[in-house]
Amino acid sequence: MQLSGWGNYPAVQADVLAPASAAELQSLLAHNAYGNWICRGGGRSYGDSALNGRVVSSRYLDHFLDIDEDAATVRCGSGVSLGQVLEVVIPRGLFPPVLPGTKHVSIGGAIAADIHGKNHHVEGSFCDHLESFSLLLADGSILRCSAAENAGLFHATCGGMGLTGIILDATLHLNKVSSVSINNRSFSAKNLQHCLELLDEHNAATYVVAWLDCLKQGEDLGRGIVYVGDHGDDDNLQLVKRRGLSVPFHTPGFFLNRFTMSQFNNLYASWNKGRGDTTLQNYEQFFFPLDSIGNWNRLYGRKGFLQYQVLVPTEAKDILSRIIRRVAESGQGSFLSVLKKFGKANNNPLSFPSAGYTLTLDFRWRESLFPLLDELDALVLGCGGRHYLAKDARLSESGFKTGYPRWQEFMQVKAEVDPHNRFASLQSQRLGLTPVSTSHSSHKKAGPDK
Amino acid sequence: MNVLIIGAGSAIAVATARLYAARGCSLFLVARNTQRLEELAKDLEVRGAAKVGQHTLDVLEHDKHAEAVSTAREFLSSVDIALICHGSLPDQAITETDFAAARRELDVNGLSVISLITLLSALMKEQGAGTLAVVTSVAGDRGRQPNFVYGAAKSMVSTYLQGLRGRLLPHGVHVIDIRPGLVDSPMTARFEKGVLWSTPELVAGNIVKAIDRKRHTVYTPGYWRIIMAIVRSIPDVVFKRLKF
Repeated sequence: MQLSGWGNYPAVQADVLAPASAAELQSLLAHNAYGNWICRGGGRSYGDSALNGRVVSSRYLDHFLDIDEDAATVRCGSGVSLGQVLEVVIPRGLFPPVLPGTKHVSIGGAIAADIHGKNHHVEGSFCDHLESFSLLLADGSILRCSAAENAGLFHATCGGMGLTGIILDATLHLNKVSSVSINNRSFSAKNLQHCLELLDEHNAATYVVAWLDCLKQGEDLGRGIVYVGDHGDDDNLQLVKRRGLSVPFHTPGFFLNRFTMSQFNNLYASWNKGRGDTTLQNYEQFFFPLDSIGNWNRLYGRKGFLQYQVLVPTEAKDILSRIIRRVAESGQGSFLSVLKKFGKANNNPLSFPSAGYTLTLDFRWRESLFPLLDELDALVLGCGGRHYLAKDARLSESGFKTGYPRWQEFMQVKAEVDPHNRFASLQSQRLGLTPVSTSHSSHKKAGPDK
Repeated sequence: MNVLIIGAGSAIAVATARLYAARGCSLFLVARNTQRLEELAKDLEVRGAAKVGQHTLDVLEHDKHAEAVSTAREFLSSVDIALICHGSLPDQAITETDFAAARRELDVNGLSVISLITLLSALMKEQGAGTLAVVTSVAGDRGRQPNFVYGAAKSMVSTYLQGLRGRLLPHGVHVIDIRPGLVDSPMTARFEKGVLWSTPELVAGNIVKAIDRKRHTVYTPGYWRIIMAIVRSIPDVVFKRLKF
């Protein structure tokens, strides 16, 4: 079937297998001695991280195995989504320490990409709260991994993009909370400098993130809104059930053009003008605003879009304004632009977050985008930055290896547990993490045109 | 609310059981695979079920049906909702030439269901209340070339339910015939999926809603009612030439 990541680019023909249980998955692995595959969870990585000629879906590995309210831990299958975790833990006064921008990611995917949230500066990334997981290896054996047990494999798998094996289930640590409402304060930022000041000023808050308008040039360059959130004190442990709208089909690609985007940005900026306005929001509104529009990725049209998320180290923050200026000049327009200040890095060789700023830009797919992104790559890599692999669809092998200097450490573990590269994705082949497989690469198309 | 689910290992049953678990219901699960049952029972407890019981049964062993139903009754004390979900999708080509295979499929999808319905009707009549919901299929609406053995079994159950509904009416027992369309589950893993395919989660939501609202014959998703009305209205002279 035709398969793509959340960005709808690239799209490939793939055989998707959905084993009904871990045992079935194990026998599948034993019987398919040849060829390689990649595990796929919620399908929310943007590019080709979860694409290959053969894909194994974790959708039926979606059982909860245990919950311990006193210890504040939950153990569940890797196919369980964070949304399902929320449904189970919120009524018990528990809350995941790290939440991304969508609740539809699977636990397996969250580990594989070592995802982060708006509170990275406080809580670190997803795998910093992972007690252990069990991993199905290429030879069919299952290993329990934690920071204490099989530690090398544990750290390589956290952020390892599914290349060490298939995560079957995991035990997560949760935070005890009295309320899941979020006190959201918003502050207007005149320009990028002001925005960075506001991010520093509010670094003590739990959740801090900034929305940027990347179409404005000159003095207004990088105008935006900084959102600062903390858990409320209203003892609200109610689940939010909402049925949002859904985009039923791909809108024509020109739907999101420079004009509509700048109109949207103006509207959005004036709507949120209030300085220090506080609103009590439910957790869905605060963490997952885009989930309220089902299949919003279709707004970018059939050709899809690319999300470009990079890290710029703290000392090189001037590079941020150069990136944003270059984007504004190019007229390619980024509909959704988000800036966040990270805390310290953890010990996983391929984890993305590290001390600095992370900038996220969305671009509609078009031929002329790629030279622009190559230019931005040079800026990012030149200052010691790196790219977020869960968003990536086009980074070069050298770009990856420059950004992730510990890649060889990862390769050593990979060689030990998966010497024949049974686990590989189109991304891992592009980035030189696995050899290029000739049998499946023919499926890949240059563009997503049908 | 106490819910009995037979064929609890099926993707539709799992998704439905989770919705009832989230409501805090007590559940009793019957399925063939003991290990899967244990996994599912734990899963439902974590998801909020008041209590979960389980019983291993191969539906082809008709003489063990009574034991399964009485164990469920003992565990739940009263069965408010009984949902029968089990079934198998046979390879049509084999069932056309091998009657033993056809009979087996007719048994799994038809006779075993009627055997369980017989026991559950008696139980609910005695209770003077209850909802009996049975998952059949749009395949039972008209015999089509690719799956008429499966369709014959499902239409046998649908026809049976039409009559039973009236019989149980004076006893306060409600009967629902649930006809899913194409559902993306391990049972249908080998098919190419097009736009008409839906998920077990969506079908489960419709099942729970239909039970809440005491519907009679439910197509899920709803557009299958229209599709099947068209399929049924095609004259035989044309229909016999259609291969879908």
